[in-house]
Amino acid sequence: MPSVYLWIVLAPLIGSIIAGLFGKVIGRSGAHWVTIIGVGISCLLSLVVFKHHVMDGGAVYNDSVYIWLETEGIKFHIGFLVDNLTAMMMVVVTFVSLMVHIYTIGYMHDDPGYQRFFSYISLFTFSMLMLVMSNNFLQLFFGWEAVGLVSYLLIGFWFKKSTATFANLKAFLINRVGDFGFILGIAAVLMYFGSLDYKTVFENVDKVSGLQMEVIEGVSWSVMTFICIGLFIGAMGKSAQVPLHVWLPDSMEGPTPISALIHAATMVTAGIFMVARMSPLYELSESALLFVMFIGATTALFMGFLGLVQNDIKRVVAYSTLSQLGYMTAALGASAYAAGIFHLMTHAFFKALLFLGAGSVIIAMHHEQDMRKMGGLRKYMPITWITSLIGSLALIGTPFFAGFYSKDSIILAVGNSDLNSWVQSYAYYALLAGVFFTALYSFRMYFMVFHGKERMDEHTRSHLHETPWVVTVPLIALAIPSIFIGAYFVEDMVFGDFFKSAIYVAPAHDVLASLPKDDWLSMVTHAVPFSMPFILALAGVVVAWFFWMKRPDIPAMLEEKFKWLHTLLVEKYYADHLYIKLIAPFGRWLGDKLWRWGDVKIIDGAIVNGSAKTVGFVASKVRNIQTGFLYTYAFTMIVGLVVLIAVFVYGWDKIISTLG
Amino acid sequence: MLSNYLPVLIFLIVGGGIGAVMIIAGFVLAPHKPDSEKTSPYECGFEAFEDSRMKFDVRYYLVAILFILFDLEIAFLFPWAVVLDKIGYFGFWAMVIFLGILVVGFIYEWKKGALEWE
Amino acid sequence: MEFIAAYLPSAMMNDQTISQLPLALPEIVMLCMASIVLIVDLFLNDKTRGGTYILSQFTLLALVVITVMSFTQQKSIAFHGTFVRDGMGDLLKIFVYIVTFTVFLYSKSYLKARDMFKGEYYVLGLFAVLGMMVMISAQSFLTIYLGLELLSLCMYALVALQRDSIIASESAMKYFVLGAIASGMLLYGMSMIYGATGSLELATINAEVMKNTDNIVLIFGLVFVLVGVAFKLGAVPFHMWLPDVYQGSPTAVAIFIGSAPKIAAFAMTMRLLVDGLHGLHVQWQDMLIIMAVASLAIGNIVAIAQTNIKRMLAYSTISHVGFIMLGIMTAEKGGYTASMFYTIVYTLMALGAFGMIMYMSRMGFESDKLDDFRGLNQRSPWFAFIMLIFMFSMAGVPPFVGFWAKLSILKAVVAVDMTWLAVTAVVFSIIGAFYYLRIIKLMYFDTPQETSAIEGASDLRVMLSLNGIAILGLGLYPELIMGLVISVM
Repeated sequence: MPSVYLWIVLAPLIGSIIAGLFGKVIGRSGAHWVTIIGVGISCLLSLVVFKHHVMDGGAVYNDSVYIWLETEGIKFHIGFLVDNLTAMMMVVVTFVSLMVHIYTIGYMHDDPGYQRFFSYISLFTFSMLMLVMSNNFLQLFFGWEAVGLVSYLLIGFWFKKSTATFANLKAFLINRVGDFGFILGIAAVLMYFGSLDYKTVFENVDKVSGLQMEVIEGVSWSVMTFICIGLFIGAMGKSAQVPLHVWLPDSMEGPTPISALIHAATMVTAGIFMVARMSPLYELSESALLFVMFIGATTALFMGFLGLVQNDIKRVVAYSTLSQLGYMTAALGASAYAAGIFHLMTHAFFKALLFLGAGSVIIAMHHEQDMRKMGGLRKYMPITWITSLIGSLALIGTPFFAGFYSKDSIILAVGNSDLNSWVQSYAYYALLAGVFFTALYSFRMYFMVFHGKERMDEHTRSHLHETPWVVTVPLIALAIPSIFIGAYFVEDMVFGDFFKSAIYVAPAHDVLASLPKDDWLSMVTHAVPFSMPFILALAGVVVAWFFWMKRPDIPAMLEEKFKWLHTLLVEKYYADHLYIKLIAPFGRWLGDKLWRWGDVKIIDGAIVNGSAKTVGFVASKVRNIQTGFLYTYAFTMIVGLVVLIAVFVYGWDKIISTLG
Repeated sequence: MLSNYLPVLIFLIVGGGIGAVMIIAGFVLAPHKPDSEKTSPYECGFEAFEDSRMKFDVRYYLVAILFILFDLEIAFLFPWAVVLDKIGYFGFWAMVIFLGILVVGFIYEWKKGALEWE
Repeated sequence: MEFIAAYLPSAMMNDQTISQLPLALPEIVMLCMASIVLIVDLFLNDKTRGGTYILSQFTLLALVVITVMSFTQQKSIAFHGTFVRDGMGDLLKIFVYIVTFTVFLYSKSYLKARDMFKGEYYVLGLFAVLGMMVMISAQSFLTIYLGLELLSLCMYALVALQRDSIIASESAMKYFVLGAIASGMLLYGMSMIYGATGSLELATINAEVMKNTDNIVLIFGLVFVLVGVAFKLGAVPFHMWLPDVYQGSPTAVAIFIGSAPKIAAFAMTMRLLVDGLHGLHVQWQDMLIIMAVASLAIGNIVAIAQTNIKRMLAYSTISHVGFIMLGIMTAEKGGYTASMFYTIVYTLMALGAFGMIMYMSRMGFESDKLDDFRGLNQRSPWFAFIMLIFMFSMAGVPPFVGFWAKLSILKAVVAVDMTWLAVTAVVFSIIGAFYYLRIIKLMYFDTPQETSAIEGASDLRVMLSLNGIAILGLGLYPELIMGLVISVM
């Protein structure tokens, strides 16, 4: 097995290197073939691994492949921890990635950076696999930063577009804030556990759980809470939770396949995955769990509001992603890790589907993204229409669709959570309300794009047609799991012991175990027609139909009436203003002063350039000794000899006493 | 230990002493009447035509070097020949190998034309 | 007559010598093959000269096989205590063959383009390797000197191989005169130690030295011997020949001087100081510290002011020698191991750097200026990357193997409580990083002076790529070589 794991990771890397370094040599089709083969191998082997671990119940694999260095007992190594959780993530990552690779052939068809793009997305697959397969914090951090880097590169893929470079910079900077917390958390783990290995850390949690630490004198914190919140701040950056969410909508500046692959299906779920992986730590800190739940629920609801006022098709999907990530996070906070991960998986499929569907629309519309200029596309693009409808239905949690099972379990779990705090009830109602708004904005988008008046100009209309097979095949391939995967796995993952080997839940917190054990059919019968989420979702669809199909004047009127609210939403709660107008200028002012005084004057002026100048000066003088004349050389040798003899035969002390 | 070298030291002193005495005696005792003919540079009965540090044919040098090589070989052969009956076949073959290596060098110089004057 | 007979070996001793001959099998094969190559070459013309090349390369490969097959950890001393066969020697010899093989391969097209593709290059090269082998296996002053002179004489001739070149003749001249002075000093030192101990065999000398360590004659001799060693290694202040010879000699010869002989010089240092004069380690430790610090300082600082890359590499060699000396200075097994590792790694990096110069050069153009590397990335991204590996590795940047080499030396130095020395070494390494990084800057950020594609022979390109990948690969798995080194020490 170890070599299989290694190949899963290396195949995309090799593809990426070949496409990146030898892109000119192998040409455009060479680049997509080599990367698709790489990711294809990876996907295939991931399925083998999935079968081995999940179907055949193979033992958990945990071993290091290569020890980079070892110092004072702390090992820095590369290793793989493969259990059901990892196996599932590997399948999701490689499958979505493979679909996106194929789709990209069509989407990027005329782009001059074709090879570069394929190289990046393969590199991303490699990094993401390193992240999920890691068995230690160091490799986790490597994968974490590597996916961040590729995300940065891809958001700014069209680097001549100033909005794209602004967006990638923003994503990178906001993630730095999160990573700072993340690395503090890792540092605290290393400090208190003396190891970066998951297994060692998890085995020793009892020794650390009672400890307190004082970062500021007099204020004592629980070490476990500190570690968990530190790590979670990292997750907030990567998984775009409030208030570090601002980068994700802007990341839509990147090409659409990237939005699907990185900013919906895989990378942004890294934070969720990480918290689930760290469940033995989180279970020991209720404060941390409450914090996680609060952030998650807030994100789920308030980001859903924003989806209502967006007109850019991709941005609607982006805000929906934020909101769904909030759901997953809230599930983690309720200790329903399995439900969160389950939603992660279903979401990966239907959100990738929605993004790729949006991309298909964008291709057909000649890269027009404004929904106000669309409408009635149903009859021009039947496959895109059907698959997008499936995606939307899955997203809002329609019974029998994948999203239903995962979202319902999350809401149930949060509702039944034992955490005794106002946060829990707040979270429950926020999530419930979120269901309504999810349905509202999803179908607003659906109706505006596929139904109603055809608002595009004549030229575009005359060219409208279904996109080529490389685009539609991935759509279909993603639509299938978007329907069935929820029903297929819900019993095992949420109520069964699918994650037993990977996720630890303290008995006191085990909310999923306290839920009635349903199979997929009884879940549906329980929900229809009287459960709150179902009614709310249905209401959302109906309202959407009424507002945007039947009486389009109502939303316009509401907009007029509640101008301040609309502005607040359009301005995204002024979060960007806060960062750009207040925090960033302060940081720049501080940086500027430090640079002017600390760096330029002291460090550069005196230490760096001063020493460099001294060295250069000495070098230019000393080289003059090398005259090129033989006698100088011989003379130098004799002088050296004499000095050595003087020092060692005659003695230091005697020389000094003679001179002095 | 060092006393073994005493005869060598005495030899050096005596040898050097005699040489020095002769030169000094020549200086002191001989008549010393220089004229222009006597002090002019003088070489094999010819008057010097030009600076004595002239360029000369590198072939002189080559032949001289080759001569020294084979001259030294003889220097090894003499003592070897004297004790050959005591060192037996081992000594014999050792010298054959040594000569063999020299022959390789000899073939090289021959083939390269180092032995031909023109 | 009686006087001579007393010194003659007995029949029993002769039998012993014959039975020990297999120990010297690699040397014997090398001698025979070098002679054969010499003669065969005489009967080849310029068209069939490739035969000499192939025969030489075959010889080196055959020796790798022979030495690997007869590889032994066991130390056996032969030929009346003049010759030793042990694991360290075998390993170093194997690397000498491999390095020389690579040198021959790199320089083939370079020599052809300059009308220097002659048998003499290979014959002298092979005899130089023989000299190195004798040095590595030497266990007596006589054999050390014999090997050293065999090596040096070949080198002098090689430097002067390009007879029409004034600068090459000049540097050969300098090399020869200075080398002769150094040899003289070495011999003088040896004779003094012989005077004090009454033996030429290292083991006996060591035993004698242990009895009386503060004998002034011994220390006098030690200083002179050390000067000879330092000259061969190229340590300050006995380094003056190095820059001139590197720059003056054809690159095909400079790469040879800069690589394999360093391995032999390391072996010579180990044999002399550790096998022979370990009793005086208190004294030679201090001497090595002085020379190592001076080498690190001069090497790293003066390299900055160079514009010729061969000259720059010469100073870089000097600074690397400083590191190698630091390891030996510890007088501990850990330090010797680190030094040996460093030496091997250094030769591999030097091979690559010189190989790059030859790759870039072409008919009538040397390409040994720093400016010639300007914008290499645009002309050949792959080889710019390979050069980047060499430069990073020489500067000691992880994960390249040069980093591990430096780290192991520093660890050994710290282990003997000389942290200040380790700090000094690090400071000078940082200064030194400047001129390596400057090349990378030139390659990647400057515009090329000419944009023509580089035409290198395909075998050169393949080998150079392998060389670079090896530096990277060994950086990831330093244990590959380190493990070997530890096992023979």
